[in-house]
Amino acid sequence: MTEVTNGVNVQALLEARDALKAAPEAAQFTWRASAKWQGGVHSTMKVRSFFGLGEEQGHNEEWSFEADHPEVFAAEDNGITPIEYLLVGLASCLTGGIASIAENRGIRLRSVESTVEGAHDIRGILGADSDVRNGFDDIKVTFTIDADASRQEIEALVAQSQKRSAVFDALTNPTNVTVEVA
Amino acid sequence: MVLERGEVANSWRRERWESLRLLTPNWQSRLPGLRYEGPDPDGYMSAGEVTAFIERFANVSRAPVRTGVNVTSVRPGGDGYHVTTSRGKIGCRTVVIASGACNRSAVPRFSGAVPASVEQLTPFDYRGPAQLPDGGVLVVGASATGVQLAAELRGSGRPVTLSVGEHVRLPRTYRGRDVLWWMDASGLWDQRYDEVEDLTRARRLPSPQLVGTPGRATLDLNALTSMGVALVGRWAAVRDGRALFSGGLRNMFSLADLKMERLLDTFDEWAKTDGYEAEVGPPERFAPTRVPESTRLQLDLRSGEIRAVVWATGFRPDYGWLDVPVVDAKGQLRHDGGVVDCPGLYALGLPVLRRRRSTFICGIEDDAREVIEHLARFLAVRR
Repeated sequence: MTEVTNGVNVQALLEARDALKAAPEAAQFTWRASAKWQGGVHSTMKVRSFFGLGEEQGHNEEWSFEADHPEVFAAEDNGITPIEYLLVGLASCLTGGIASIAENRGIRLRSVESTVEGAHDIRGILGADSDVRNGFDDIKVTFTIDADASRQEIEALVAQSQKRSAVFDALTNPTNVTVEVA
Repeated sequence: MVLERGEVANSWRRERWESLRLLTPNWQSRLPGLRYEGPDPDGYMSAGEVTAFIERFANVSRAPVRTGVNVTSVRPGGDGYHVTTSRGKIGCRTVVIASGACNRSAVPRFSGAVPASVEQLTPFDYRGPAQLPDGGVLVVGASATGVQLAAELRGSGRPVTLSVGEHVRLPRTYRGRDVLWWMDASGLWDQRYDEVEDLTRARRLPSPQLVGTPGRATLDLNALTSMGVALVGRWAAVRDGRALFSGGLRNMFSLADLKMERLLDTFDEWAKTDGYEAEVGPPERFAPTRVPESTRLQLDLRSGEIRAVVWATGFRPDYGWLDVPVVDAKGQLRHDGGVVDCPGLYALGLPVLRRRRSTFICGIEDDAREVIEHLARFLAVRR
């Protein structure tokens, strides 16, 4: 098993799972992002620090993300739209999950590709029809996976990655959100 | 001595709904020195028949049962344990906890936010459809209990919505045999607790979607959909009087379908290697769980559409009377195959106590023998 292959340190994850079972307080993480308006509907988000394992942590460098709207929205298209970040988050979360679970199950992956589509009726955000919600109506992810495994095993990887995905959970289940003015 | 708070088979007399039948076929109802000898080995006992069967065993085994004795406290003391009961105190050197894993219904905390206009029941309260108000019912949980109650309530003419989380899908029969024949004969049920890969998970597994009916019908989610039961995702929260359901229902179906397929593959493999091919029918595969065209993500509980909620969300043991520090933060007993983490204290009849079959009637004999061997050695050494 230690031979495998996908570059995920599953041993470390399994050890962390055991350690955090005994110390649930260390498992309490806070993820952070900060945002700054740039004019128009363009904003820049930065991500660097987070809290976990009982102390302040940080990424090796500060990551920066641009969000805007496309020209069909009469905007300047300095970055992807905010709702597209949800698709980015979902695809990356499921992909990372598939790699980890495959590693743990001794499945060598050759390639994992996916497309994510979110169906969105924009009459909601425009206030054109109060019966239409603001968010996605439906999200569809399609994976193409090449691996030394049966179709059934690959489907099981994809199912298990949804079961353990933070972003899948955050999108499919309600979450309390507090927005306030400092 | 055996202490029983009520009568022999008390929970089967008082804590079961009227239509309930055992999930295991009659021929699997076997206890040391007693087996089913009636005319219908492939049938399923009603709660009344189970009561009679256990009563018969109490007589056959000549177990020294003291009925009407409620245990209110067990604590270490003297040469073993002090047991306080509704009929006085008892001192003993060893105690076997056989009070089961299903003493309380596990109902999510947000049930408190369900509007008062909606009646709430647990399987302990439920007897039959007539007891519920007319109108829509939301059944929560798709274990054996959930699917059985959803089917029964739908059969009474009520609109039924079933909230589905992780579940175990099984066909009632496979290749012409009861699916539990396969669990038994293939040895899967004999898999030991120290061989199971993820024991915590195995012990938390919901009961399989099975029902014991004369027609040996499968009661999976496709059967419920055909009956007109509407499926929604796992009930996640109540907000402003609205029930909010998970949008992850499809994956619940996939997980259960894949697990069932893997299990059937295991059965096929076993039939081939152990020479059962000729005795059973040809391999079968079942249609995937049908995904509804659209599923509701929320339901207004104040609209009158739902008049009652039935919580089929599982059970928890009650160790409130156990004054020994052997219960973990999740309320489960700390034990190793029934040997509890305190000398002289034992347990029987808990999920995957020593084997996958531990909580079935035919699972107690082997478990009891091994646990009692340990208990006898403990007494012999201390003597």
